[in-house]
Amino acid sequence: MRTMRSLVIAAAAVLAGVTGVQAAGEKIELPDRNWSWQGPIGSFDRAELQRGLQVYTEICASCHSLRLVAYRNLEALGYGEEEIKAYALNYEIHDGPNDQGEMFTRPAIPSDRFVPPFPNEQAARASNNGAYPPDLSLMTKARKNGANHLFGLLMGYADEPPEGFELMDGMSYNRYFPGHQIAMPPPLYEGGVEYADGTEATVEQMAVDVTAFLAWTAEPELEERKSLGIWVLAYLAGLFVIMVAVKRRVWSDVKK
Amino acid sequence: MATRTEFKNPLIRWVDDRLPVFTYLDHEYNQFPMPKNLNYWWNFGALASVVLVLMIVTGIVLAMQYTAHVDLAFESVDRIRRDVNYGWLLQYIHMNGASMFFIVVFIHLFRGMYYGSYKAPRELLWMLGVVIVLLMMGTSFMGYVLPWGQMSFWGATVITNLFSAIPWVGDAIVTWLWGGFSVDNPTLNRFFALHYLLPFVLFAVVGLHVVAVHVTGSNNPTGIDVQAPRDTVSFHPYFTAKDSVGLVAFLMFFAAVVFFAPNLFGEPDNYIKANPLQTPAHIVPEWYFLPFYAILRAVPHKLLGVIAMFASIAVLFVLPWLDRSKVRSANYRPIHNGLFWIFLADCLFLGYIGANPAEGWFVWGGRIGTIWYFAHFLVLVPLVSMFERPRPLPASISEPVLKEKR
Repeated sequence: MRTMRSLVIAAAAVLAGVTGVQAAGEKIELPDRNWSWQGPIGSFDRAELQRGLQVYTEICASCHSLRLVAYRNLEALGYGEEEIKAYALNYEIHDGPNDQGEMFTRPAIPSDRFVPPFPNEQAARASNNGAYPPDLSLMTKARKNGANHLFGLLMGYADEPPEGFELMDGMSYNRYFPGHQIAMPPPLYEGGVEYADGTEATVEQMAVDVTAFLAWTAEPELEERKSLGIWVLAYLAGLFVIMVAVKRRVWSDVKK
Repeated sequence: MATRTEFKNPLIRWVDDRLPVFTYLDHEYNQFPMPKNLNYWWNFGALASVVLVLMIVTGIVLAMQYTAHVDLAFESVDRIRRDVNYGWLLQYIHMNGASMFFIVVFIHLFRGMYYGSYKAPRELLWMLGVVIVLLMMGTSFMGYVLPWGQMSFWGATVITNLFSAIPWVGDAIVTWLWGGFSVDNPTLNRFFALHYLLPFVLFAVVGLHVVAVHVTGSNNPTGIDVQAPRDTVSFHPYFTAKDSVGLVAFLMFFAAVVFFAPNLFGEPDNYIKANPLQTPAHIVPEWYFLPFYAILRAVPHKLLGVIAMFASIAVLFVLPWLDRSKVRSANYRPIHNGLFWIFLADCLFLGYIGANPAEGWFVWGGRIGTIWYFAHFLVLVPLVSMFERPRPLPASISEPVLKEKR
């Protein structure tokens, strides 16, 4: 029986290991970076997030929406109320009707969600060669190994596809994109933004920063979740010790 | 419940004389005799009932914030996580609670199989348990549709489409289930209504399950009946204490997942809003359905596949009569014991197959796994139970414990 049991455990372990591997198609080896927010006590780097917001604002936002995030949420990045108001003022929101029954546009305020670059999917497709740039709010949760996937995608462009690879018109070759053909042209280039904090804007730097920013938009609760989790586990561990002691005490008079 | 308990408190006595709830609690949860040799595998029934309550409580609060509409459902679930106070905690507890529920219940079920807890006089208890598993599957399936992500939508489409395999009326039934010609707003609305209803039905069946176990008493690792009071201890404080140890250990595991890996059991695709025009590359059900999904796909005929899938659960109903051995516990049944572990490995194997696309060796791997699954119940268990020579049973529950000590 013992051997059977260890057999089952071994089988389960092997299965658990193998399921991590994609069976269908070619396996794409994603980069494996150490992100600051990983691990049980990981947290976001505020400077990284602020730079990431800048990359998103100046580059990604021209095609990609962030419709689940509100301007007021930027407080978590370390911005003050006035800074957020000023940031929101840059965007126009279609609103109404007013008391005259007219629709109007007004500047965004902190309680608004990020204004999307296109009014609807059709408009987005019309401006992007038929492709629809997906919303980025949840992107790092919506892909396996999301942060590394996103980072890889941003870093994975090649000027020329490998020999013999048929690239369709208007597509770009990307090492990490499934199928390697991506409608998004390489978004990042050396000096693409001029960082407010003076950091040198290399492609890798921008890719790291915007990945961090989008990891935050996908899981804004992450820091609170992990710090609360530590307390919960510590509490339960203490309770466990007590319960074991109680159980032993209670059972001590039972004749075996 | 023939004799009333005498209570000192006059208010309690007054109530108890008119409605003997306190006598009931005293009999069933205080004095109730439990075999004293139960191991920690007997924790999982209590754990399952705790998870059920946790799911109902978090679910009711989530329902206060959720919007069941195809245009708003995805955003409303995301808003619960972003904007509701501790909404992320509620949503992650509920989402992972479903996985925890199945982990706990599957262990409970395999424990029942290993120790022969399905045998007389516990057949009805066991069958109620199978009903509970079925209700859990229906409830969790519909719950998974509510966030209206890609897997919600396509999972719902694939599973409801299974009914189209029914000859002649299949398509009409699917249209009736959907409330239209595809999974759409009416489907989401009825799934929400049923997802809110079924847990209470589940709760009622759990109630019957508990009543049934209090009639027959718990089975135990030796599988032999309780013979004398010295074989038992009272439920309280002995098993309240022992269950508490298991409960806290389980909650640590639960909390570790909720706080540090809340998306461990989930599919990333469900963080993409449902899009009826775009099929995901792989449509995979939640992990707890994978073995059944593998059985469905193992049969190269749609209707027979669906029948096989339902039969894989239905066969559990008749297990008490397939296993003819008088000996309950596999501890004393050398061949049956081996069969049990192979069967467990087969279920894990089918789960692995279900997680992978039906191509290459996964196809025949799934078929072998499926054949073994049914052969286990329909051929091996009955045959072994007739010809196996069990090891000698101890004379009483207290005896093997005494021997071990020596």
